[in-house]
Amino acid sequence: MKMPKWLVPTLYILFLLLPIYWLVSMSFKTTNEILGTFSLWPQEFTLANYITIFTDPTWYNGYFNSLTYVGMNTLLSVSVALPAAYAFSRYRFLGDKHLFFWLLTNRMAPPAVFALPFFQLYSAVGLFDTPIAVALAHCLFNIPLAVWILEGFMSGVPKELDETAYVDGYSFGRFFIRIFIPTIAAGIGVVMFFCFMFSWVELLLAKTLTSVAAKPIAATMTRTASTAGYELGLLAAAGTLTIIPGAFVIWFVRNHIAKGFALGRV
Amino acid sequence: MAIELKEVTKTVGVDTHIYPTSIKLEEGRFNILLGTTLSGKTTLLRLMAGLERPTSGEIWFKGQNVTGMAVQKRKVAMVYQQFINYPNFSVYDNIASPLKVVRMPKKEIDARVQKVAELLKIQPMLRRMPAELSGGQQQRVALARALIKESDLVLLDEPLANLDYKLREELREELPKLFHDSGATVVYATTEPAEALLLGGYTATLHEGSFTQYGPTSSVYRDPKDLLSARVFSDPPINTAAISKRGDSFHYNETVSWKAKGKYASLPDGDYIVGFRPHHITLVPDNDEAVRVSGKVVVTEISGSESVIHMSVGGDTWVSLSHGIHPLKRGEAVELFVQTDHCFYFDANEQIIG
Repeated sequence: MKMPKWLVPTLYILFLLLPIYWLVSMSFKTTNEILGTFSLWPQEFTLANYITIFTDPTWYNGYFNSLTYVGMNTLLSVSVALPAAYAFSRYRFLGDKHLFFWLLTNRMAPPAVFALPFFQLYSAVGLFDTPIAVALAHCLFNIPLAVWILEGFMSGVPKELDETAYVDGYSFGRFFIRIFIPTIAAGIGVVMFFCFMFSWVELLLAKTLTSVAAKPIAATMTRTASTAGYELGLLAAAGTLTIIPGAFVIWFVRNHIAKGFALGRV
Repeated sequence: MAIELKEVTKTVGVDTHIYPTSIKLEEGRFNILLGTTLSGKTTLLRLMAGLERPTSGEIWFKGQNVTGMAVQKRKVAMVYQQFINYPNFSVYDNIASPLKVVRMPKKEIDARVQKVAELLKIQPMLRRMPAELSGGQQQRVALARALIKESDLVLLDEPLANLDYKLREELREELPKLFHDSGATVVYATTEPAEALLLGGYTATLHEGSFTQYGPTSSVYRDPKDLLSARVFSDPPINTAAISKRGDSFHYNETVSWKAKGKYASLPDGDYIVGFRPHHITLVPDNDEAVRVSGKVVVTEISGSESVIHMSVGGDTWVSLSHGIHPLKRGEAVELFVQTDHCFYFDANEQIIG
């Protein structure tokens, strides 16, 4: 018996999409329906969950806070990693290879290890419960990753390009901004994507370092019960909205990423 | 004088890249640095450009000591073996970039870009991006960028090495003329003796970080100062043999001898080294001065209309470049004729005699 070609991929995609479908379908149900009956699609279609999220500041501020620290983190990581990666790719200095490898080892420890020291430190200097605290904490794993990826892209650019620019009369700064950064734009796109993604999905540090003012959406979303009891529909709607920015970013950088995978160190 | 190196050296860690080197390059000349890979050509170009600082010694440019001067202020132009262009600039902007940096008026930039693009035949590509061009066109853009600056010193580091045969020939013909008309002093690095001969101008032969000879290209080729210079300037490599002079003849291996003529007749008896280029040892004698030697074929390479025959004679291995196709087998006995009137004679210190 011959198996149709489409069977395996179809089953695989169904398997992957099932939880996402379940989440989206739940977000359009009432909590009673979710708890009371087993239904494959919403019996009583409702937008009430989404309306609550967009009108209640405790909900929409969560998104706002998350996007704030993710944006900050992405900018910070890229702007710090650019000169660092340039140094690693263009200069030989004492211990450069060890330092480069050590950067990666920062990614090997689970973030939980750093939760306590960060909490204590940020409380002491008054950064607790601010978006910048989370943004800085996420730099711990995003900067090494950004340096590592960017170094790969930069090493793919011959150093003769730098020299040609100097011979032509460009100063270092002008060359770096006008020529070098555009040349490795695909790499920067890839790095921004990864920084965004890792910062967006990280929950533990974001939760530990905030309480009310800078509370991220992931923290709001994962409380299962509130004073009003179970709000599963609401949580599902929040989850659906949380997927959207990631999908959005991937859509934007998909061409860069494909190029990035082909060229650099991803 | 355009550029002068005074006792320049370059060491990196424990490696010496350039031994004390002095050279004066006159203004407006087309100079060729000829040497094998790792002979120091690129390092010398980088020192002249100011991309590297000499470990010791001084570099003078138009009567000014520029040893520590930043490359941006040197007013030099450089073209690499790889096709280096700014990938995010159009061809037009690539060519215009050295002028834009010094904030030249737009009108003048435009006039100069059009002029240079016409010289290098890249006018139809001005609006395109470098990545959309062929290798030859990319290198033309790089050359245009070097030309547009009208700098006094143009450094070319094997600019044709990455091009395919046809394009290389085409550009090689245009290059000397292009830069001659601009009046710039050109330093052109190459590994190929044939290329140096085709380009003409002046040649400096380089060997392991030192100059061995400098002069007009054809005279460096015809009258090498020593064996090293002759070796650098010969491809396939020059053949050598230890010979001795007794009375009025030279003797090789006690089996071959020929008369010492002209200025060599008066040489004192003793040991010498003879050198002759591969096209002066052939299967057919050119004239009466040819001396017959017999040996065994090691390997034969045939290219179109010529045969390169590697043969062993006594303890020596020689290379012959003969016209015609001669598919000789390995180990076959072969007789070849050395044109003694084209031989170079060196003393025991490998210095030329005469």
